[in-house]
Amino acid sequence: MATGHFKDGITDGRLPAEAYADNFSDLHPPLDHHEALVESDRCYFCYDAPCMTACPTSIDIPLFIRQIATGNPLGSAKTIFDQNILGGMCARVCPTETLCEEACVREIAEGKPVQIGRLQRYATDVAMDEEKQFYQRAASTGKTIAVVGAGPAGLAAAHRLARHGHDVTVFEAKPKSGGLNEYGIAAYKSTDDFAQAEVDYVTAIGGIDIRNGMALGRDVQLAELVKSHDAVFLGMGLGGINALRAEGEDAKGVENAVEFISELRQAEDLTKLPIGRRVVVIGGGMTAIDAALQSKLLGAEDVTICYRRGKEDMNASGFEQDLAAANGVTIRHWLQPRRVISHNGKVTAIELEYTALKGDKLTGTGEVLTLPADQVFKAIGQTFVPAALNGSVASVELEGGRIKVDAEGRTSMPKVWAGGDCIRGGEDLTVTSVAQGRDAAESIHKALTANGRA
Amino acid sequence: MADIRNNFVGIKSPNPFWLASAPPTDKAYNVERAFKAGWGGVVWKTLGEEGPPVVNVNGPRYGAIWGADRRLLGLNNIELITDRDLQTNLREMKQVKMNWPDRALVASIMVPCEEQAWKAILPLVEETGADGIELNFGCPHGMSERGMGAAVGQVPEYIEMVVRWCKQYSRMPVITKLTPNVTDIRKPARAAKAGGTDAVSLINTVNSITSVNLDTFSPEPSIDGKGSHGGYCGPAVKPMALHMVADIARDAETRGLPISGIGGVTTWRDAAEFMALGAGNVQVCTAAMTYGFKVVQEMIAGLENWMDEKGHRCLDDIIGRATPNVTDWQYLNLNYVAKAHIDQDACIKCGRCHIACEDTSHQAITAMVDGVRHFEVMDDECVGCNLCVNVCPVEGCITMVPLEAGVLDQRTGKPVSPVYANWTTHPNNPMAKVAAE
Repeated sequence: MATGHFKDGITDGRLPAEAYADNFSDLHPPLDHHEALVESDRCYFCYDAPCMTACPTSIDIPLFIRQIATGNPLGSAKTIFDQNILGGMCARVCPTETLCEEACVREIAEGKPVQIGRLQRYATDVAMDEEKQFYQRAASTGKTIAVVGAGPAGLAAAHRLARHGHDVTVFEAKPKSGGLNEYGIAAYKSTDDFAQAEVDYVTAIGGIDIRNGMALGRDVQLAELVKSHDAVFLGMGLGGINALRAEGEDAKGVENAVEFISELRQAEDLTKLPIGRRVVVIGGGMTAIDAALQSKLLGAEDVTICYRRGKEDMNASGFEQDLAAANGVTIRHWLQPRRVISHNGKVTAIELEYTALKGDKLTGTGEVLTLPADQVFKAIGQTFVPAALNGSVASVELEGGRIKVDAEGRTSMPKVWAGGDCIRGGEDLTVTSVAQGRDAAESIHKALTANGRA
Repeated sequence: MADIRNNFVGIKSPNPFWLASAPPTDKAYNVERAFKAGWGGVVWKTLGEEGPPVVNVNGPRYGAIWGADRRLLGLNNIELITDRDLQTNLREMKQVKMNWPDRALVASIMVPCEEQAWKAILPLVEETGADGIELNFGCPHGMSERGMGAAVGQVPEYIEMVVRWCKQYSRMPVITKLTPNVTDIRKPARAAKAGGTDAVSLINTVNSITSVNLDTFSPEPSIDGKGSHGGYCGPAVKPMALHMVADIARDAETRGLPISGIGGVTTWRDAAEFMALGAGNVQVCTAAMTYGFKVVQEMIAGLENWMDEKGHRCLDDIIGRATPNVTDWQYLNLNYVAKAHIDQDACIKCGRCHIACEDTSHQAITAMVDGVRHFEVMDDECVGCNLCVNVCPVEGCITMVPLEAGVLDQRTGKPVSPVYANWTTHPNNPMAKVAAE
């Protein structure tokens, strides 16, 4: 009977036990002290640095790198945390190759940008390892704020509000805090339970009370929060996923990539996590890459990403695509799912149709490709689930299916702000969520304290 | 193929690369290895008078400064002259010279500033067959506290006196090694010449404290919590050494006096620069102490390659070629106008030229043009200072372009004059020499 990679169906233990730890080890191992000094010396300390402009949280990158170079990693960490209290996670998960490092002048000069992400990790690791807290809470304002969601946006908002002396209660539906940092994101980007360590680091400032297992619309209602608090920040992310809209997609083995990634992150023992022999992932974003690559790392024999447009249209960065390819994932373009083929209710193959652009419109060409598959992951985007917001309260205005906010993060509902993936205009990046949470917190503070004066 | 054989005050060596008097030349073992590696000559580590040997510290003798990747940029030492017995050194020198007759072997000497002391040691050295002697008037630490080394080199009268003794009691060529720890290097050089020296060598090391330990507040290198100034050498001191070599080479009183160039020579290029400014050969220490004796092979090949490329046949073709171009500020052409020019294709848009000019200089480089990040020199503000060239991380991106005669200088609104004119005749100079009617 076939074992390991070659066993048909969805099964666990495809690899020797020791292979899992190796496969899921740190993608970018930390820089050691000397490496950090050498790398930091590569920074030109640019004027009006393009990297800083490219950073959604506007971290003063040249300054924090110079602080590393001069033997002041704690000062460096503070420079980072001043703008981005989740700088540690962002150092691990930011697609730096499309943000700061893409803008780095050394990328232009020689195709080798300063490794800003790894330097940021170096500095933040030093501070977090020392449990160094840089911020003290301002005198209590007596104002209370409800934050919905303990993900990047909610945590960034909570920390900034707590700094200003407000009392924050965070309502988090899941048993653990951290949002996608804990439940999303490939395991090899956040090793050693870093997401929880970061939650502890952020909340150590005090004045932040996280209540896990409290879902909006189920355990708490927006109308009550608005009544019982001086302000509400909504940062609950996206609860739904897009359907394939392919015939037979309810077959067993057709799964949600986000849930797969979450299960993997929460798995105590990866050898017990089942995976298909032949896996097809539908989608072209980071979630598709994370699901496909981790399928491969769990021992799937054959993993194919199918995306309905071309390489350059993929939301996943070039680096992420290359990483997947280097690990044996096949990425195919111009294919859209048409039919899931199953036997006895279990998926056995997926039928896809080639696509082409006719003018601006993507259409099927009629040509069909059938890929054998015993597991299909849907990674074609997540959707905001508005049900939790409405019902008992006046509607929070949506736009494009997500919450509509103004430049400061204010929703259409008085006393309610929002940020992160649940708002219109979010980029579905940890770092943009942090920026939105932080900025909404400043807006709330201003609103509650007469232009920032408590 | 260029001929790089060297004849320095009659001392012949197959190339102009000598090891300076220092730890690498302290004993036969090292010197044999150096000659095997290809060094043209050595100046044996300084001999002292007979008697109880010199005592060194038993803690760190060196301090350093580094670049980010631990590239050694400057080295400082507090080691004294040889701490080996005089007779042992003399015996080894004699043997090595016999083994390597085509290489230069020069003895560095430092004894008390008394005629008898010099008179006593010179015949002993001469008996080894050494090609010459170098008088250590430069060592800035330890020995100077005992009235030797730099303590002599800082008093021109002493230099002249000791050189005279050496010429009197020895037939060997005398090279006088000078300390840079003086205000005007020409004074000791003139004194050495007056005493009859055959050559000078410079620079010895520069008084220095490399760093301070901010935990213990001890200077480095730290000996049981205390530190003493040491002698600084290595790449960091080269510009100072070049200046002093040039000063002696072009001084009316010492012009033509052979110079052995020392101070941060690390590559063939450094050596060529020293020789272009007037040095007849060079001495190397820190580069060898950092990388080992093999570095000489790069120096030899590099020098030959450059000479071949430029058509220089022998060292005399290059020695002193740059000396006439070193002048006083007052003779620089004030009608020469250059403007910085940024090659937009090479520019990586780091903005360092802009901020250096904007914050600290002449506000002559844009940062933004029509809403786009763009760095360009404004000719009407540029004074041609060259700061932008020096801070630009891309070699060749910013260049200084001379304006041709007749072209309008947008900063002054005047055309560039074709005539050479310097400060001595400038109307703003109250001391200006009036042209003869």
